[in-house]
Amino acid sequence: MYDTPFLERNIVTQEVKISARDCQVHYGDNHAIKDVNVDIEDKTVTAFIGPSGCGKSTFLRCLNRMNDTIDICRVEGRITLDGEDIYDPKVDPVQLRAKVGMVFQKPNPFPKSIYDNVAYGPKIHGLARSKAELDEIVEKALRRGAIWDEVKDRLTAPGTGLSGGQQQRLCIARAVATEPEVLLMDEPCSALDPIATAQVEELIDELREQYSVVIVTHSMQQAARVSQKTAFFHMGSLVEFGETGQIFTNPRDPRTESYITGRIG
Amino acid sequence: MSDRHIVKSYDRDLEGIQALIMKMGGLVEAAILEAANSLDNRDEEAAERVRANDKVIDALEDQVNQACARMLALRQPSAGDLRTVLSVMKISSNLERVGDYAKNMGKRTGVLVQMSPIEGASGAIRRMAKVVERMLKDALDAYIQRDAELAQDVRMRDHEVDQMYNALFREFLTFMMEDPRNITACMHLHFIAKNIERMGDHVTGIAEQVIYLVTGAMPEDDRPKADQTATAAPSAP
Repeated sequence: MYDTPFLERNIVTQEVKISARDCQVHYGDNHAIKDVNVDIEDKTVTAFIGPSGCGKSTFLRCLNRMNDTIDICRVEGRITLDGEDIYDPKVDPVQLRAKVGMVFQKPNPFPKSIYDNVAYGPKIHGLARSKAELDEIVEKALRRGAIWDEVKDRLTAPGTGLSGGQQQRLCIARAVATEPEVLLMDEPCSALDPIATAQVEELIDELREQYSVVIVTHSMQQAARVSQKTAFFHMGSLVEFGETGQIFTNPRDPRTESYITGRIG
Repeated sequence: MSDRHIVKSYDRDLEGIQALIMKMGGLVEAAILEAANSLDNRDEEAAERVRANDKVIDALEDQVNQACARMLALRQPSAGDLRTVLSVMKISSNLERVGDYAKNMGKRTGVLVQMSPIEGASGAIRRMAKVVERMLKDALDAYIQRDAELAQDVRMRDHEVDQMYNALFREFLTFMMEDPRNITACMHLHFIAKNIERMGDHVTGIAEQVIYLVTGAMPEDDRPKADQTATAAPSAP
């Protein structure tokens, strides 16, 4: 097997969107992330895989400063978005998170109508000038979230009344409504059935034409299916980072091999 | 890396397909030797056994293919496990071809025993078959031991088989030119020698699969080739 990526997996750009250098994260005395160096490319889906507690979610949360909300958490090193340090005191985390959107493991719709869930972000960031324009943004986002057909007749119903899978797709629609540049997804499909999972995976593939997508997943098959680059984390360190086809056919590090083949590593 | 999967039945499945390959390999090795011996001993019954036993080898190949398809569908193997399944599929098809060549030798032996023997030919063929059988044995050992060096050694030894084939090719040409009544027997013997030469190529293919399995990459260097008969012409008598 050669390292040539499969045709449809060709990486369109080599441009670095997010770059991390010597990244360290401490939760109190716990050194959770150790010396992570990684370049996340634009218009590429990057998957983070690794056993529970290996730090992949923690590292993901560094990328839009979600760890700021945890008092005992300390982030060191340099993380840049388009060359600019996101931990610079001048950077407003709220603006950063509009550019770097996030979807969580558990669906967390606002206790509002389906429409308002999606409209909230565009409204506060002033992306729509009129009601008609806002309607358009909401419809587009719900379509991209692969949930439009199911909710178009009940947009005023509460988002919390949807099924788990529908709520998650609503959250994805909410995240893409503000047209972020990077989308972070922390196990977005763990609560979804195979059909909804396939819809979300298709969505991820579409999103990468415009955005950089980073997905944390426990499903190796999902990482293999949706990503072009894969990073394997183990005990707080980035063990291996490479082209997805290479990682899944011929990993360089024995720890990666142990993990992805389901052996005790 | 630990050798064992967390899911133990995964290990059993993987061991199962590899056991099938080894069983197939053992039968093919025996078929090569028995085919060559039956020719050398002019033993029609033994030649008939080789022909009949090929059905067992073919059935094993089907079994391997089914087991591999099942593994791919149910376990979605990756990395080394994936390479194991892929290499097993290719090795089984190589073994099946080698088995077919042995069967063909058995068929031709059935014809050859009706004719007067060509002096020295069957002994030379038996020695050539022995070399290929050793190569196959080492290739299968390399597979079990995940020994890429031994596999590389097997690849290089195919050269020897090619040279033996060249020598026989010339010898048969000479016999045929000497006496046209030798032509039928020499043609059969030549096909047998060619079959063994092809077996060597398939064994080389198996050795290459072992290298792929162990290293993750097919060998890229050119191995030496010595079959020059494609361009050989008889010199004027």
